[in-house]
Amino acid sequence: MSEQQLHQFHEPLELAPGDEEEARVGPRLVGYLIGLGLSILLTATSFFIAGTDLVWQPSIPVALTVLAIAQMGVHLVFFLHITTGPDNTNNVMALAFGLLIVFLVVGGSLWIMAHMNHNMVPMQIMPMQH
Amino acid sequence: MTDTTLQYAAHGHGDPHHLRGLQDSSLGHEGPAPKRIVTAYGFWIFLLSDIVMFSCFFAAYGVLLRQTAGGPSGSELFDLKSVAAETAFLLISSFTCGLASIAADVRSARWYQVAMAVTGVLGLCFLALEAREFADLVSRGAGPTRSAFLSAFFTLVGCHGLHVSAGILWLLTMMAQVAAKGFREDVCRRLLCFALFWHALDIIWVGIFSMVYLLGSAV
Repeated sequence: MSEQQLHQFHEPLELAPGDEEEARVGPRLVGYLIGLGLSILLTATSFFIAGTDLVWQPSIPVALTVLAIAQMGVHLVFFLHITTGPDNTNNVMALAFGLLIVFLVVGGSLWIMAHMNHNMVPMQIMPMQH
Repeated sequence: MTDTTLQYAAHGHGDPHHLRGLQDSSLGHEGPAPKRIVTAYGFWIFLLSDIVMFSCFFAAYGVLLRQTAGGPSGSELFDLKSVAAETAFLLISSFTCGLASIAADVRSARWYQVAMAVTGVLGLCFLALEAREFADLVSRGAGPTRSAFLSAFFTLVGCHGLHVSAGILWLLTMMAQVAAKGFREDVCRRLLCFALFWHALDIIWVGIFSMVYLLGSAV
C-alpha cells in the first residue's frame, strides 16, 4: 500500500465547528476576505432595496428576507466554516435541527397570530350590551 | 487491511456515504474524538440553543410589530444611517476576529493581540452607537414601556447588545490569557469557542438589521 493510500484512511473523520480543512495562511485569509466582500455586497443591497422606490414595493419584504438568509449562509460557510463536507456531518445535523426549531417557532407564531387577528371580531362593530 | 476496502477507496462511488471504511470493523473508530472537537461541538450546540432563544424574540417582534398603542412606529423611530454604521462595525470585527484565529494558529502572539484589540474596539464602537440610539429613543418618550412593539424591540436588540457586551469581556479575558499563558492547548480551545461566539453574534445581527430595522421602518 502506498503512502498516499495510507494517509487517506487515517485522515481525521471530523472537524470541530469553526475548524478549517485548509491549514495554510494565504488561502484562509482569502476565504475570510471573500466572506467579508460577499457580506458587504449583500448588506449594501439590503440597505439599497429598503430605501429605494425603483422596485415593486410589495416585493421588498421578500427580497430582504432572501438577502438576510443568503448573508447568514455566507457567514456560516466563510466565517464559521460549517460546510457540507463529510467531516462536518455532525455540525450540519445540529444546525439542521436548530433551523427546524427556528422555522417552527417563527413561522408558527406569525401564522397563528395572523389568523387570530384575522378572525377576531373588531371591537367597534360589536353591539352594545345595554 | 483487506483488498476490498482498497477497491472501495479506488472507486469513488464505492463509498457513496463517505464512510471511508468505517463500515468495515477492521478499520473501526479509534476511540473518542479529540477534546478540541468535543468542546467545539458542545459549544456549537449551545450557540444553536442561543439562536433558538433569539428566534422566540424575533417571533414576538414579528407578532407585535403593528401593536404600537397609538405610539410611534418603526419608520418614525429608526435611524438607518446609525444602523448601517453598527452593521459595518460588527461585520469588520467579525473579519478581524477571523484574522485573530489565523494568527493564533500560526502562533504569532503580536498579530493575535493586534487583531483581537481591533475586534474589541469595533465591538465597543457598536455598543456605543447602540447605547446612544437607546438613550435617544427613551428621551423621545419611546422607551420599552411605551407600547408592545417597543417592548419587543428593546428586548430583542437589547439582548443582542448584552451578548456583545459579554463577548467583549470574554475577548479581554482571552487577550489576557494568551499574554499570561501563551498558546496552550486549553487556551486555544477557548479561542475557538470565542471565535464561534463572535461570528454567531454577527449572524444574529444580520437578522436584526434586516428584519427589525429595514422591514420595521417600512411599516
